[in-house]
Amino acid sequence: MNPIIRFENVTKRFGALTVLDNFNFEVARGEKVTLIGPSGSGKSTVLRILMTLEPFQEGHLELDGIPYHEPGGHGPFKASEKHLHKIRCNVGMVFQSFNLFPHMTVLRNIVEAPVAVLKMKRDEAESRATELLRMVGLYDKKDHFPSQLSGGQQQRVAIARALAMRPRVLLFDEPTSALDPQLVGEVLGVIRDLAQEHDLTMLLVTHEMRFAREVSDRVCFFDKGRIVEQGDPELLFSNPQQPRTREFLSSILGEPAPARESLRRVP
Amino acid sequence: MMYGYAWDTTTPLTFAISILPILGIGLLVTLKAAAVGYAIALVLGLVLALLRRSRFRIVSWTVAGFTEFVRDTPLLVQLFFLYYVLPDFGIVLPAFMTGALALGLQYSAYTSEVYRGGIDAIPRGQWEAATALNLSRLRTYRDIVVPQMVPRIVPSLGNYLVSMLKETPVLSVVTVLDMLGLANMIGERTFEYLVPLSMVGLIFLPMTLICSALIYLVERALPKSGIPLR
Repeated sequence: MNPIIRFENVTKRFGALTVLDNFNFEVARGEKVTLIGPSGSGKSTVLRILMTLEPFQEGHLELDGIPYHEPGGHGPFKASEKHLHKIRCNVGMVFQSFNLFPHMTVLRNIVEAPVAVLKMKRDEAESRATELLRMVGLYDKKDHFPSQLSGGQQQRVAIARALAMRPRVLLFDEPTSALDPQLVGEVLGVIRDLAQEHDLTMLLVTHEMRFAREVSDRVCFFDKGRIVEQGDPELLFSNPQQPRTREFLSSILGEPAPARESLRRVP
Repeated sequence: MMYGYAWDTTTPLTFAISILPILGIGLLVTLKAAAVGYAIALVLGLVLALLRRSRFRIVSWTVAGFTEFVRDTPLLVQLFFLYYVLPDFGIVLPAFMTGALALGLQYSAYTSEVYRGGIDAIPRGQWEAATALNLSRLRTYRDIVVPQMVPRIVPSLGNYLVSMLKETPVLSVVTVLDMLGLANMIGERTFEYLVPLSMVGLIFLPMTLICSALIYLVERALPKSGIPLR
């Protein structure tokens, strides 16, 4: 089957700084992929490019068969607003800082986009939102404003909000990094449940290594805008091949990782 | 005698009381000019602020130049310009409309900066969330940006209302019979300026105080995170 996401020699620069250099990456439909690596290694940029929050300069990227650059497209995105709109129909994103709309109730946060963008009827959107709120365990908070919720609760609402748009690909950009340690679990619990969804493709940038090992089909280690090493989470965590990966894992896990063979290596 | 009201100059007090109805008529003109001017400033200012954020350089630069020009030239010059020069181009407006328009134009340049600051203060995450939810630009402004911006800019917009109200007497130089214009005419006819002019000042004071109080009430009624949408 065709991959749902395909980066082909994608180069992304911020001014003189090259963040992604001839980047190649594919994700299969329904795959759960975790991106790890030091900050500034380009993993968040991959998500932000997929969400059309950042343009890229060279190369080819497509999502569900739709290329990001339009032939003859103008502007930084080399595509019309209409085309970007079409791409975004398939992607959703959960942010590190939740980014809920503070002036809207929890319910309104979730209902807003389905009504405005998918032209869903309000009561239909509300019953769907109710369902999603039950799923993330926050139905009783539906009339609260975001400021009345804890960080973990806000992030669970943000996940429900993203799901309300029925994305095929859901991007998580460090979803627990802004949370107090005791609130991380509840958010990871929701993501863990989502990972059971067979059809949903998930890309997760995180520093929660144990969680990554548990939920993902594949882990990719990023360094300096490249995937240095990737593979099955069990293997990559227990037996990293590249010195950079070992170094990173031991720094983050606080223990030296033993070096052995038997790991899939990617050019 | 003016508008059917005669004045009585026997003592300053009787004089003051007798011209009060005349000044009252002028006050209505003053308030109307401020209201029309402020309405223009609020709407046009928002339009200018949005155009200034346009992705098309020509549009944003033209608007930036226009705003800067209007802000940096005196209101009185603009008023004379509109009143005496526009008719040369076949645009003839009543003096009142010309005055309200001049006030509105000048203050739209100020309010557009207020709006711009308000829009810039919206965290980037809000825009990104709107993009991630595929909301159109119009929706993003209408449902996300403006409701969050309004509570933050009400104090500054309010200051401009008070300041505009105090500038309306300028309209009297293009024959608008506002409070100052009428007080001046009374002075010309009675050779007695002290009382009518003092009255104008005294009437302005409660007006601006009421305005400030209203703004304070509006400001207090609005929640800090934005206008609540249930």
